[in-house]
Amino acid sequence: MTHASHGSSALLRRSQGFFARHARLARGLDAIARPIEIATKKPMFGCQMCGQCTLHETGLTCPMGCPKTLRNGPCGGVRMNGHCEVVPAMMCVWVKAERRGRWLPWRGAILRIQPALDWTLRGSSSWMNLLCGRTGRQNP
Amino acid sequence: MNPSVSPARGLEPALRSGRPVITCEIASGDSADLTAFRRRARLVRDHVDAVNIPDNTSGIVHMSPLAGAVVLLQEGIDPIMHVTCRDRNRLALQSDLLGAAALGVRNILCLTGDHMIHGDHPQAKPVFDLDSLQLLGLANHMTREGRYLSGREIKPAPDLFPGAVENPFAPPYDFRPLRLGKKIEAGARFVQTQIIYNVERFAAFMTRVCDLGLDRAVPILAGVAPLRSARAARYMRDRVAGLEVPEDLVRRMEQAGEERGRREAEGIRICVEVIERVRAIPGLAGFHLMPIHWEEAVAEICERAGLRPAIANPAAGTPLGASGDHDAELVENREHTA
Repeated sequence: MTHASHGSSALLRRSQGFFARHARLARGLDAIARPIEIATKKPMFGCQMCGQCTLHETGLTCPMGCPKTLRNGPCGGVRMNGHCEVVPAMMCVWVKAERRGRWLPWRGAILRIQPALDWTLRGSSSWMNLLCGRTGRQNP
Repeated sequence: MNPSVSPARGLEPALRSGRPVITCEIASGDSADLTAFRRRARLVRDHVDAVNIPDNTSGIVHMSPLAGAVVLLQEGIDPIMHVTCRDRNRLALQSDLLGAAALGVRNILCLTGDHMIHGDHPQAKPVFDLDSLQLLGLANHMTREGRYLSGREIKPAPDLFPGAVENPFAPPYDFRPLRLGKKIEAGARFVQTQIIYNVERFAAFMTRVCDLGLDRAVPILAGVAPLRSARAARYMRDRVAGLEVPEDLVRRMEQAGEERGRREAEGIRICVEVIERVRAIPGLAGFHLMPIHWEEAVAEICERAGLRPAIANPAAGTPLGASGDHDAELVENREHTA
């Protein structure tokens, strides 16, 4: 579980149990949550709806904007001016993430190892995936 | 029977020996004919403990690194096979790791991979299903747990020795040592760094690395490479992202002129100087040479800098464990930080 900080894990377990018993309700809520999530996170963070949001652990910067979709830190090709090697006009996602991350009370979260993406969740609501426990299984 | 090097030699035994370790990267095969590739391998064989075989460097197609690694084994060299996440998804990565282990290729350098945009097939679909950290985790998972990512059992488990790279010369500089720590946590058992030209920045990086205790967790090999011409120096400075070539080195290469003998001698002199200066930095376990299509230079650099393999090739006639004063200095520095 990448989303759950330790304090909220008991609460999440209960919600996961609840939605396991009420799968139809979960599907309905997903249909409602998805457009809200797109409408809020897309303009603010350039969200690509990977369905496994890690924004709060990556300095409130969406790592899916990286041309290599790196979720664990910058590649070795960042230019001297902090820009991306692939898209020279763009600031490296991780240069931004590291700067912003310093100001967060939970700044240590950026050091947590992010598991590989589950591509079956692409396009679904990460909020509902979190509440239903559909994240980061069978990953290194 | 699979070709193999003696279990007493190679990367892992060398790193365990406590003596400074030398590795070297050679260019991959660029045709289906192995003559040139074998020649390059033989040029460096007796000077190093293990040889890196890159995976479509800069996104330019070359022979499969697994094929190259097996050829290195045939030449009596312990290969370090680069595996990048650019061209393969998690299925292909696992099957390659398994194939490598089955053929006796244990050392796997886990990289994200240069983006293909600067290569010869920029139209290709970028894969990046995993990143280098997740790949390290995967190699570690297959070895330690004896399972695929799916959870299915691998019997017997492959015995991989995964390694990582780090680039101290690309922003965000403060994050680089922390990222190295993440890679070690994910399962890196050795580390090779990007080419060092800016020794001051590298020293600052290593100070932080030692503060974090990472040098005691895994052996770190410092990357060095000779410049071959002023043009190459300018190209690396201006066009290769993540490489830092200080102005004074470019100027020295320009002053050496166009004449081949002079500019190559200057390039090797600069490389040896960098090695001398890096050797004084605490926390290092040895050097990683990247001659960039200039494998002929390796013998001279090793001789002039006093670099010897930690475990000599018995066929090469170097006394086992021969260790110069320079090596003693490096070991001393390492022990000092330990």
